Amino acid sequence: MKELVRSLLVLIAMSLLTGALYPLVVTGLAKAGFPRQAQGSLLMTGDTIIGSAIVGQNFSSLRYFRGRPSAIEKSYDAGNSGGSNFGPSNAKFLEEVGGRVETVRKDNGLERTASVPADLVLASASGLDPHISVEAATIQVKRVAKARGVPEPDVQVLVERFIEMPLFGFLGEKRINVLRLNLALDNIASQVNQSLTKGDEKR
Amino acid sequence: MEKTTAKFWQSALIKTSIKGSFLRLDPRLLWHNPVMFVVEMVSIITTVISVSNLIYGGPFLFNAHITVWLWFTVLFANFAEALAEGRGKAQAETLRRAQSEAYAKRLTPDGRTETIPALSLRKDDMIVVDDNDPIPGDGEITEGVALVDESAVTGESAPVIREAKGDRTGVTGGTRVLSGHIVVRITANPGETFLDHMISMVESAKRQKTPNERALEILLVGLTVLFIVVVGTLAPFAAYASVKITLPVLIALLVCLIPTTIGGLLPAIGIAGMDRLIQRNVIALSGRAVEAAGDVNIVLLDKTGTITLGNRMATDFFAASGVKDEELIRAALLASLADETPEGRSIVALAKSRLDIHGRDIKPSSEARFVPFTPELRMSGISLDGREIRKGASDAVAKFVKESGGIMHESVSMAVDRVGREGGTPLVVADSGRALGVVYLKDVLKEGIKERLNQLRLLGIRSIMITGDNPLTAAAIAAEAGIDDFVAQARPEEKLKLIRKYQAEGNLVAMIGDGTNDAPALAQADVAVAMNAGTQASREAANMVDLDSNPTKLLDIVEIGKQILMTRGALTTFSVANDVAKYFAIIPAIFVPFFPVLGILNIMRLATPQSAILSAIIFNAIIIPLLIPLSLKGIKYRPMTAMALLGRNLVIYGIGGLILPFIGIKLIDLAIVFFRFS
Amino acid sequence: MASNILYFIVFLGILVALAVPLGSYMASVFTGKRTFLSFIIRPLESGFYWICRVDESEEMSWKQYSLAFLLFNAVGFMVLFLLQIVQGRLPLNPMGFGAVRWDTALNTAISFVTNTNWQAYGGETTMSYFTQMAGLTVQNFVSAAVGIAVALPLIRAFTSKLRNTIGNFWVDMTRSVLYVLLPLSIILAVLLVSQGVVQTFNPYVKAQTLDSHGQTPVNRIAQSAERPNEYSPHGGREGKAGYPLAGGALFAEGATPIRGQAQAPVTEQVIAVGPAASQIAIKQLGSNGGGFFNANSAHPFENPTPLSNFLEMLAILLIPAALPFTFGVMVNNRRQGWAIFAAMMILFLVGLGAAFWAEWQGNPILAQSGLGNGTNMEGKEIRFGIGSSVLWGQVTTAVANGSVNAMHDSMMPLTGLVFMFNMAIGEVIFGGVGVGLIGMIMYAILTIFLAGLMIGRTPEFLGKKLEAREMIMAVIAVIAPAIASLIFSGIAVAIPTGLSSLNNPGPHGLSEILYAFFSYAGNNGSAFAGLNANTVFYNLTGGFVMLVGRFLTILPALAIAGSLAMKKSVPSSSATFPTASPLFTVLLIGVVLIVGALTFFPALILGPFLEHLLLCSGRTF
Repeated sequence: MKELVRSLLVLIAMSLLTGALYPLVVTGLAKAGFPRQAQGSLLMTGDTIIGSAIVGQNFSSLRYFRGRPSAIEKSYDAGNSGGSNFGPSNAKFLEEVGGRVETVRKDNGLERTASVPADLVLASASGLDPHISVEAATIQVKRVAKARGVPEPDVQVLVERFIEMPLFGFLGEKRINVLRLNLALDNIASQVNQSLTKGDEKR
Repeated sequence: MEKTTAKFWQSALIKTSIKGSFLRLDPRLLWHNPVMFVVEMVSIITTVISVSNLIYGGPFLFNAHITVWLWFTVLFANFAEALAEGRGKAQAETLRRAQSEAYAKRLTPDGRTETIPALSLRKDDMIVVDDNDPIPGDGEITEGVALVDESAVTGESAPVIREAKGDRTGVTGGTRVLSGHIVVRITANPGETFLDHMISMVESAKRQKTPNERALEILLVGLTVLFIVVVGTLAPFAAYASVKITLPVLIALLVCLIPTTIGGLLPAIGIAGMDRLIQRNVIALSGRAVEAAGDVNIVLLDKTGTITLGNRMATDFFAASGVKDEELIRAALLASLADETPEGRSIVALAKSRLDIHGRDIKPSSEARFVPFTPELRMSGISLDGREIRKGASDAVAKFVKESGGIMHESVSMAVDRVGREGGTPLVVADSGRALGVVYLKDVLKEGIKERLNQLRLLGIRSIMITGDNPLTAAAIAAEAGIDDFVAQARPEEKLKLIRKYQAEGNLVAMIGDGTNDAPALAQADVAVAMNAGTQASREAANMVDLDSNPTKLLDIVEIGKQILMTRGALTTFSVANDVAKYFAIIPAIFVPFFPVLGILNIMRLATPQSAILSAIIFNAIIIPLLIPLSLKGIKYRPMTAMALLGRNLVIYGIGGLILPFIGIKLIDLAIVFFRFS
Repeated sequence: MASNILYFIVFLGILVALAVPLGSYMASVFTGKRTFLSFIIRPLESGFYWICRVDESEEMSWKQYSLAFLLFNAVGFMVLFLLQIVQGRLPLNPMGFGAVRWDTALNTAISFVTNTNWQAYGGETTMSYFTQMAGLTVQNFVSAAVGIAVALPLIRAFTSKLRNTIGNFWVDMTRSVLYVLLPLSIILAVLLVSQGVVQTFNPYVKAQTLDSHGQTPVNRIAQSAERPNEYSPHGGREGKAGYPLAGGALFAEGATPIRGQAQAPVTEQVIAVGPAASQIAIKQLGSNGGGFFNANSAHPFENPTPLSNFLEMLAILLIPAALPFTFGVMVNNRRQGWAIFAAMMILFLVGLGAAFWAEWQGNPILAQSGLGNGTNMEGKEIRFGIGSSVLWGQVTTAVANGSVNAMHDSMMPLTGLVFMFNMAIGEVIFGGVGVGLIGMIMYAILTIFLAGLMIGRTPEFLGKKLEAREMIMAVIAVIAPAIASLIFSGIAVAIPTGLSSLNNPGPHGLSEILYAFFSYAGNNGSAFAGLNANTVFYNLTGGFVMLVGRFLTILPALAIAGSLAMKKSVPSSSATFPTASPLFTVLLIGVVLIVGALTFFPALILGPFLEHLLLCSGRTF
């Protein structure tokens, strides 16, 4: 009985300490030190939130660089998250990927046997992957330039500007943030030098 | 010793063992060996399946093959146990026979004697044993002296003296009085004698499992349960992959995986260990003690009789200045003529050789009067022709010299010191008021003791010498023999304190004792070996009795204790390592017909699924009889450090256990294909 | 490839550099010595004992200790279960979530109390902020603290002589939280926020998306009734009966989308946020692994950058890797700590090498479809790539953490095999905080028993004799979780209820079920998340196996602690097996591998290994 009372007391005390005090302290520290990140690294145009700098968005138009396939019910709807969980020997999955490969080739004017970057046809783990590989961006340059009627080299330069390199040369992979790239693309296209939200300079 | 060793493949023994292996199929008997019990249960299942195949159709031949080999697995294991038990019993039986045919002369309260069968003797009966009578039971001499032939028990042909009072009172049933008349108080009911103890140690049904054996059995049971689950769940996993596995195949896999090799041989190993002890004329009163012997890290050894021959020998004479050597030697000789102690005799022998006289041509004149040694005087000697010749401890002789009106010359005291420093015992010889000089008595080490102590050190066992000598003497002997530590000027009751001290430090202590005053220490020691010749009290306090009364036997006991554990450990490792190959035989055999890609697992390239499964189960069965000699003899043991020993056993039984079955199963498979068994 | 290997080396190097001092620090904490944090924490600790009526100097027998441990878990379980049932009526529920289904709540309560943190639910769609904080975060702390606490009696037992007490549960647990978990969590949480992990009590954000043209087939994966969404990689996906077809967005092969002609335009993106950083910090440090979001550490808000990824992996391994050193210091034999650490590290490296090799091969069928060399990016994030995803997988399955930064279900079969093996052997390669060390000591007891016999002595470990009682307990601790996982996997594949949860057919389906039960039994919590584990069957069987995995390792360990503490200590000599030696390490590795291989050989052959062979021969399901 004595131990039961203690169990309850300890649990209550621990709950207050780790369930209330601890998250509040961390929230306070976060607010003081990194207010933008703590809120979700949101990107704004004026008062409108246009997304998070680190969460992918759905791009289906030919005018935009497309991100990776998302396995979330509503593609890239960040109210949820997750992957496809298809196993590597799942016939349905392999068939679907085959179809996506065809689509990528067709959309980007590639040859029928051209190799396609894996990330562009394979779903990410979170369904919210903000990045694509450099190769995946490169094969879309022609299509995007054509759809927007801007010179291909301009788009190519933009792509190269948005390559994020591995930290210290080995932490992480070479990658491109699709939302940021497309934002920059819109800025060029409209010739309006809307500046990006503060803190969203290219990394 | 040879005659008590049962021949390994004695035909009569084999016959009874074969019979025994069938008798042991009784589940009530097999229950004590859980691994084999499981094998028997599944054998019954496959038998039923095979029979129903015969009646209703089905793969009868294949299932029957499996069934037969499963039964063989059980029988082989039973055979191993029966054989070990048979050998132990055979040894005990030869001793017991002498006992059961014997009659005893019991003293009745009114002083008469009556003749009754030895087996109806009870504890505390008083019996009379005369010339040429067998001693009917274990007991203690209360009156008289006898020359006893103990060869039936010890194999030692020289008869020994046993007498009432002192440390040599014990007699053992089965020995024979050559001459003498003694009254013996029986100390154990028949059925409780050492022999009976010995027999119950090797009788599997009565045998108590030792602590390590129980721990190992827990591991084996754990593995068995685990593999039952592994094999049991394989059925639904396979069914998921649309593969149906027949029950006999699953059972074959199960029996291959559970540790049948060690499970089958485990009882035999324990029994055989006891057999080996008996062969060395040691009777253990509990298996626990034998196992503990392997763990001992401190051995208490009495100096006398264990490290040294027990008799100090005269090795030199040092004359006092102004005294001729010859005068000293002659005086010493005279003083020792009547001294029948070994020391005395050694002085006589040395003196004679120094004086170059042989034979007994020195006779003291008739009026000579011998002065025997008494603890009060601590001197002995002779008085003749008005001379008072004495020899004894230096302080005692100094007193005698002083009383006689003389003084000890300084050179004598110096010689005394010198001898003491060298670890010897100085005896001062004096003629009335003149101290003539010193006889140098030296302890002589037993042959081979140094090497054995060295082996002990390799085993991680510290040897502690206990002696009543002064520290100087003790140190010298300890250094000479290579003893790790010693306790000098120890009285017997200090042994108990010493043992307690070492035990408190976490040590396991072994000791050998024979005297009555050793009993408390023996009772306290973890491994206590009593001399068979010792007092009844000491034998009761001990947990082992050495029939040879040979103190260095302790080393053999330690070795056997270790060997039992090592054999168990090695065969367990071997048994578990074997499983790898069996998986590679049976898993592809089950699944390759459905998934040919799994053919890469058939690394032994076994011919057919049936031959693969049969090969594995046959290997699993015949490895048991193949390992019987090893488990009865115990794996080879050499004193070396733990690391070296472990490395060696791991390579042989671990790596060997991995590789051997691959070869064995492949060979059996080839044979099966060759003879078209399947 | 080279940069990946450099990554592994740097990572493990930093790990060792941090683990050794942390190990010594914890040894000081748990022996009641003053540390550099004492000046601030010590008053807090005393106050805590005063409030909770704990007498710091009270010593408990192993039975009292076990009772306190069990009661505390029982109370924790009840509270967590009730919280989920009544969360609809509690505050801090901006999304208005209702009561959690009873079987899910039961499973979740067991899961968090046993430090498994298997999640049958999707975090952002099921749990209110209040439940996450007051229920889940609290258990993240205390279940980890309990794990560390229960390892301490076993460690202390080796140095105490002839005592029948093994320490004070409340003190051990409180110190674990106050001196170890809480300070480290605060540091890690702030570091994570700096990388972009969210920490806010605001409701979910709504964003106007850039592309207002709806979805195209490229970005859209076909949805069907058999494949519902909400795949929680930590735990199985949640199932909803009769899930509706997703807006007719079925993939039509060869169809090229016409500009501006997609289905219902999606111009709004809901972005789930919340007080995530504080929970993620403790979920990694405490071997918990239960994600704030469904995608767990693959979610950009849980693990936004390669640096956050690095830090989180380090956090997962840190305490489990430091505890062997704590052990070494506390038993006055640092070499022993290193010997155990070395065994864990070598097993870890072998697994890492195998998994990395397997994943690096790629999928041969994808290669045929025109994907370069078949690089298997399915279920992986670009910012982590193959290398960091495999390393994380190895870290999270070796440590009983279970958070994921990539979907294990979509990894190559042999990679999955390695991960399953890590869990199946009982989470002893570092393993969960505290319990991993316990598990390894159980294996060490088996190893020393065999080795001891082979040198002809009653086996002894650090001077304590190992006898029948220790063997019973060690055998139970080693085989009970294995038996439970195998039996329930066997049942699951044999009944329709079990099979109906599968996301993938063929051998991969077997792997999904095996993975789930190995994860339950190892108290890991990661999943081949395709398996819909949020059914009554999996919630109940899984809950039971989690209990077996937790309590049938801890209670035997406490019993062993009790009996070892009462023994004398035997001085070592040349005849005793030196357990602080390379030979011991090799033997220990051998025993772990052999026991694991023999137990799981048939299951792993029929699952991942067969899938691998068939995949290589071009067969799909």
